[in-house]
Amino acid sequence: MYRYDEFDSRLVTERVEQFRRQAQRRLHGELTEEQFRPLRLMNGLYLQLHAYMLRINVPYGVLSSRQLRQLAHIARKYDKGYGHFTTRQNIQYNWIKLQDVPDALADLAAVEMHGIQSSGNCIRNTTSDQYAGVARDEIEDPRVYCEIIRQWSTLHPEFSFLPRKFKIAVTGSPNDRAAVKVHDIGLRMHRNAQGESGFEVIVGGGQGRTPFVGKTIRDWLPPADLLSYLEAILRVYNLDGRRDNMYKARIKILVHQIGADEFRRRVDTEWEQIRKAGSLELPQAEIDRINAYFAPPPYSKLGEATELLAEQRAKNKAFDAWVKANVADHKVAGYAIANISLKSLQLPPGDMTAQQMDGLAALADQYSFGELRVNHRQNLVLPDVQQTELLNLWEQLKKLDLATANIGHVSDIIACPGLDYCALANARSIPLAQEINRRYQDMNRVHEIGHLTINISGCMNACGHHHVGHIGILGVDKKGKEFYQFTLGGSSDQNASLGDRTGPGFAAEDAVDALETILNTYLRIRDKNERFLDTYRRVGMEPFKEALYGPA
Amino acid sequence: MQMIIANTLIEGQVVFLTADAGWTHDIERGAVALSDEEAAALLAEAKQAEKANKVIDPYLIPISVVDGSRQPTEYREFIRATGPTVPIPGSQTGHH
Repeated sequence: MYRYDEFDSRLVTERVEQFRRQAQRRLHGELTEEQFRPLRLMNGLYLQLHAYMLRINVPYGVLSSRQLRQLAHIARKYDKGYGHFTTRQNIQYNWIKLQDVPDALADLAAVEMHGIQSSGNCIRNTTSDQYAGVARDEIEDPRVYCEIIRQWSTLHPEFSFLPRKFKIAVTGSPNDRAAVKVHDIGLRMHRNAQGESGFEVIVGGGQGRTPFVGKTIRDWLPPADLLSYLEAILRVYNLDGRRDNMYKARIKILVHQIGADEFRRRVDTEWEQIRKAGSLELPQAEIDRINAYFAPPPYSKLGEATELLAEQRAKNKAFDAWVKANVADHKVAGYAIANISLKSLQLPPGDMTAQQMDGLAALADQYSFGELRVNHRQNLVLPDVQQTELLNLWEQLKKLDLATANIGHVSDIIACPGLDYCALANARSIPLAQEINRRYQDMNRVHEIGHLTINISGCMNACGHHHVGHIGILGVDKKGKEFYQFTLGGSSDQNASLGDRTGPGFAAEDAVDALETILNTYLRIRDKNERFLDTYRRVGMEPFKEALYGPA
Repeated sequence: MQMIIANTLIEGQVVFLTADAGWTHDIERGAVALSDEEAAALLAEAKQAEKANKVIDPYLIPISVVDGSRQPTEYREFIRATGPTVPIPGSQTGHH
């Protein structure tokens, strides 16, 4: 994985000391909250419902065991012994004290981590496919380009005060696991007619109160032009995006209002100017230099362990269910990708205790070259596990309550922190997610329902990605009571779509029953082995509406 | 009935204004305004504390007494005053 060079280290260390002085001035009353707020936000420090919250980037979801151990240390030393993984490949601490933040940031800097640009109207953590570098369907490793974007966008002077926040996602595979079509810019690697790899450039996707699936403004961009083209998009947005109304300030609104063709024309005009200067063209030598950081680990020469695995799975039903749901194909023979569910019944979605972090860091060292990934569905990944070790790994994961066999199933729910933690929320998300999880504890039932994403947000800002859940749930405040509205048919993959609302929302106590009605309807009308999403796309809203609200 | 709720500057924790212009984590020990005039006086006091950088963003919340205990009447403020309704991971707390 990428290691900081001298510039990265100096930048992060200097930033910690700068923030230490800013925090001191605030604590001594030399800065007002109004003056301090933008400074703390630039370092990822929010003030939430109960306390300060510190958001740390996990760049494009790549995490070493050493870093995970340090995250555990921070949870223990400065917080309440746990952290929360978010939908943006970040981790948040919910109870940090202002006086401790500079020390916590210094501890993070020691393992090459920080909260810079995890908040504010700037380019945020670039996110990517959690299977980057190991996916069987991958064209090129997207981490290389994510790292190049990270270096270009970090403290970029022109783009530090954008109209609004800006999120870029990159996938190197045709099967999009990074939700690139609902980002401000999505980059999808594919090959052109000549067989050269390059990027489809998608802009103006996003969720929140005005959701859009992004529009393609360039079918194929050579990697050498990546930065010049991104700079052109950002410059057009920076100049033409609205600053008078924060709800209309994201790039998606600009793209929607002027249209994709006009947006493309403006970008191309700007791009011509930038290319004339020539300074942003990516030399192949630089791409190769970054690529070397992501060289594959020293894999052993193995054969596929098909027979052994089949034997182990036949003997052990629970292990079989875990392999079926949580293990994915690896590009190297004899290896597998193990998804680690953070959706057990015991903890809120995405939450992880310091003990679990330490335990999983040790397992990463033992079974996966000390490397882990964080995905946007609030789960972790051990990317490089030998197939013959899967059973041993699973036995160890069980002891940590990290062996829940539900990846991509009904209880693998994305949930924002909701009103239990968030100052912006209108309703709670976590209790509903846990209640659904409790209702679907029968793993036979879970696997009978099959592949399904349920995404819950506690307000229309949509941090819980409800618009793109196969089933989306939005918590609203209705006359002082929590209600939950359902959407069906959303998806964030390569065939992204926004969900359609079923109708009026349901009171908190009726929400899980409503979900069950939807799922029972699906089971009744699906074709054999048809996913929920495919059934919905085939039959539409009517049968679900009728089941929920009675005949029209 | 109304009370003043805020976050402390140093720790960010939720506190209530007391009758002697101090701050407490315990809702039962905070000052209660029974009229709009009393509420305005509490808010003025709290704004002074904000200026003095003791607390952040103080404001008034309506409360009621339920079974002898004070409770914010809006559920957002109730959760803010009493903590997450789900257990804190690794502990047995959480009040629902």
